[in-house]
Amino acid sequence: MTKVATFPTGRGTASSTANAAPLVSFKGVDKVFANQVMALSGLDLEIRGGEFLALLGPSGCGKSTVLRLLTGLAAPTRGEISWSCERPEFGFVFQDPTLMPWSDVFSNVWLPLRLAGVSKEKARPRIDEALAQVGLSGFAKSYPRQLSGGMKMRVSIARALVTRPAVLLMDEPFAALDEITRLRLNDDLAALQSALGATVVFVTHSVFESVYLADRIVVMAARPGRAVAEIAVEAPPVRREGFRLTAGYAETCRLTSAALHVAMGEEPPSELTE
Amino acid sequence: MKRDDLVGYAVPAFTLGLGLLVWEGIVRYFNIPPYLLPAPSVIIATLFTDWPTLSTSLWVTLSITLKALLAAVIGSVTLAVIFAQSRLVERAFYPFAVALQVTPIVAIAPLLLIYLTPSVAVLVCAFLVAFFPLLANTTLGLSSADHNLVDLFNMYRATRLQQFMLLRLWSALPYFLAGLRISGGLALIGAIVAEIAAGSAGQGSGLAYRIVESGFRLNIPRMFAALLLISVAGITIHVLLTALSHWLLAEWHESERGREA
Repeated sequence: MTKVATFPTGRGTASSTANAAPLVSFKGVDKVFANQVMALSGLDLEIRGGEFLALLGPSGCGKSTVLRLLTGLAAPTRGEISWSCERPEFGFVFQDPTLMPWSDVFSNVWLPLRLAGVSKEKARPRIDEALAQVGLSGFAKSYPRQLSGGMKMRVSIARALVTRPAVLLMDEPFAALDEITRLRLNDDLAALQSALGATVVFVTHSVFESVYLADRIVVMAARPGRAVAEIAVEAPPVRREGFRLTAGYAETCRLTSAALHVAMGEEPPSELTE
Repeated sequence: MKRDDLVGYAVPAFTLGLGLLVWEGIVRYFNIPPYLLPAPSVIIATLFTDWPTLSTSLWVTLSITLKALLAAVIGSVTLAVIFAQSRLVERAFYPFAVALQVTPIVAIAPLLLIYLTPSVAVLVCAFLVAFFPLLANTTLGLSSADHNLVDLFNMYRATRLQQFMLLRLWSALPYFLAGLRISGGLALIGAIVAEIAAGSAGQGSGLAYRIVESGFRLNIPRMFAALLLISVAGITIHVLLTALSHWLLAEWHESERGREA
């Protein structure tokens, strides 16, 4: 993996943990599916506690497989995934909201606690808190069908937050949303992460989204999936819309786009390499 | 919306009324005797005069239909749940279910009449036709849970029972209800066909038996009256099951919701 650029990270949580031992490290991880497709080949990756890590790459680069390996839903074919502590509590957000349509918002958010045997009444304060965090207080009794795409995604995020997970895994969560909703959710997620201090692993196709949100971007290439570049992002402690207008943001986007071109086996256009 | 509703009921009611009037008119104009084609008014009158006999028969047929449907629901759901636990069990038993389904019920009825008492044989016939759509739909429904939700349940270390009660059962519900609507109609058809197959061997009390009996006696108005009752029973079963489906799915399922304007 080539280090394209390393900036000092501006965010308190990230810089204080940047030199700490990684929360989890992948060493030479291969993942071959039952149909012989090689999803990951020799992946080396470290995830640090409290950081916001974006996995950026084209379709088929194994980004989602990394998340499945982290949760333990899938096991590596070869190589090693080692945690510095016991495997933590996860929150998971899919590309689709993946809500239970037959349950109201309250019961959807209750699910992770319910499966752990927490009663409705005991769970209520936590559910109210999670709904407040995503700005959906007052929608507890609504059914998913009555909500917009963005609101459904907020419910999905509340469900992931309700267990107060140490690690939040997000698999292209905003890819299916319209641009306005997507930008708003980006802002809210940025604010939420700096408030919670959770480790976030965020899979995305979008250069701009990854630079806006992440402390560190790992660019992946496809067939077979592997990490090819790593970019640290310099940013103010709390990201607001103004960050998109800074020279640092533009520069990081340029570097990231160039790295993505290389990852896809193309020569980056000259305006990105100058 | 209100206007559309009115038109939605008024148009079919009007065409139905018109059809009956034309029927009545033709019978009266051409002086067709009731043993060839009774007028609607005669059929209605027969329904009233023969009500004691016909109502008893209606009750017999309905009770067979409902018992068969209930047995089919219990049997098919139980079997579908067993199928859902193991692919191997499903493979092993599915051929039997298919064989029973594709063999016409009229062909099985005489055999059942040898082994069983006529009333039980009729019940078993109705059960067999109602069983398969429910089994096929429920089996499909139980395996159709959103795979991301299944992953989510696994990630939160849900037990098999939790996954079944909170996820698979709900995912299967719309499929089950679609099967139930088909099976409700089929149970009635199965009961009627089996009664006719049983013929004079039957204890002779259901609506189908009344039709056969009236045919022998050339009591055509009563034949039509019995036929009318069967239709009404079929429509009622369909309407009730549709209402049940709407009641259970209205809050959340796509099929029960109109496009929001």
